[in-house]
Amino acid sequence: MEDGVSGYTMMAYDLIENTAAGEVVLISFDYDPSTMTEIQPMAEAQIEHAFKLNQKIVATALWPMGVQMAEQAFNKVLLDYPDKVDGTDYVNLGYKVGGMVTIQAMGRSLPDVYPTDQGGTPYAEIPMLQGIRRLKDLAWISSLSSGTPGLKEWVMVARDSYGVPVTGGCTAISAPGFFPYVNEQRQLHGLLGGLKAASEYESLIGRIGPATIKMDAQSVAHMLILLFIAIGNIKAHLIRRRKAQ
Amino acid sequence: MTAFMTTFGIWLSAFFTISIFSFLYKDNPLYKFSEQVFVGLSAAYWLVNIIYSIMIPNLFSKLIGDFSGNLILLIPAALGVMMLMRVHPATQWISRYPIAIMIGTTAGISMLRYMKSDILNQVTATMINPFAAESTSAVIGNLLLIIGTLCGVFFFYFSKKQEGIYKAPSKLGIWFLMVSFGATFGYTVMARISLLIGRLEFLLGDWLHLIK
Repeated sequence: MEDGVSGYTMMAYDLIENTAAGEVVLISFDYDPSTMTEIQPMAEAQIEHAFKLNQKIVATALWPMGVQMAEQAFNKVLLDYPDKVDGTDYVNLGYKVGGMVTIQAMGRSLPDVYPTDQGGTPYAEIPMLQGIRRLKDLAWISSLSSGTPGLKEWVMVARDSYGVPVTGGCTAISAPGFFPYVNEQRQLHGLLGGLKAASEYESLIGRIGPATIKMDAQSVAHMLILLFIAIGNIKAHLIRRRKAQ
Repeated sequence: MTAFMTTFGIWLSAFFTISIFSFLYKDNPLYKFSEQVFVGLSAAYWLVNIIYSIMIPNLFSKLIGDFSGNLILLIPAALGVMMLMRVHPATQWISRYPIAIMIGTTAGISMLRYMKSDILNQVTATMINPFAAESTSAVIGNLLLIIGTLCGVFFFYFSKKQEGIYKAPSKLGIWFLMVSFGATFGYTVMARISLLIGRLEFLLGDWLHLIK
């Protein structure tokens, strides 16, 4: 394991790293701008990783503003990968309401749930989706999630019902709630929890991205908090001692 | 025009960010204004989103396009109208039927999935041979997982007074719970700091151009 990289991040990285070139994968953008500081770097890193390995990415969203988040992330990564073509290397299928029920329907038939992509191209005319009829045809799924519907629904339906490997990223607040799913049953193949995990992922793919840059500020803030906790405790101790005297 | 709107958006965003931060000093009219704009905008956004993303494509377009072929859609449409009856005290009772159908359907769909994902698979994941792991740290981790799960569950067993031999696992359970609460709190702090960093990056970068 690489120094300073948690096992959870490593597992998520390994899942993508060990997927063959040409495989079709899905990234679900289940968040909105309120949590983009933490989750957008994960999206960019996973897109770049998949592009680097020539995997083809399907983008979906269970949150309405996830569509814009996906567009922003792809546009940023495409600056370094100008040869990637919409429809051939990646496609944005857009937002669908329904959460768990929608994922369940995707497990039966993707074209029924997404008759067209975000730009209006019919499903049957999207080159990279030829042969992709249901969730089981995907190599892996990643849900970048900041609430419900999101990662949990993908685990419950895509992983536990259809057996598709699921990984994902979430805000640091939700991370402890998802860790139990990274278990012997492989309900989750690793997890990116918060900005720290995003920066770890960036270091694994050799990218100095937004998460890595923000971690400096994060570390300083944590040191300050520790310092204040120590000062508070010393002060409380002194007051107690004075009272005892 | 696009450039103007972008700049206007950044200034508006900076204004609302600072207005919300002003609550750190004390409650004030700017904070209240921003809070109310946020609530109002969110409600309006969701209303428009529901109309355009759900009702028009899933109901109105289909009924207008092929009414006789989509007669089944009249059932959810009727249930939706019945739900709205809640606003009038005299017809309030009608809304109980769609609510009952909604809760029943949700419970039916979710129950099996939660049973499988949150109970069966989680319990199975704990039933492991702790000594079969490759490294010593993994063996210790497995042992902690099993002991922590058992003691944590035992803490919530109230059918017998927790004294004597029953006291030790319960005490240990509290320790495991406290450690998990501590970790959760740590992650919460990290998330809040990340949000603050994001906002400061916007103010100092996109707005004031003091950082790149």
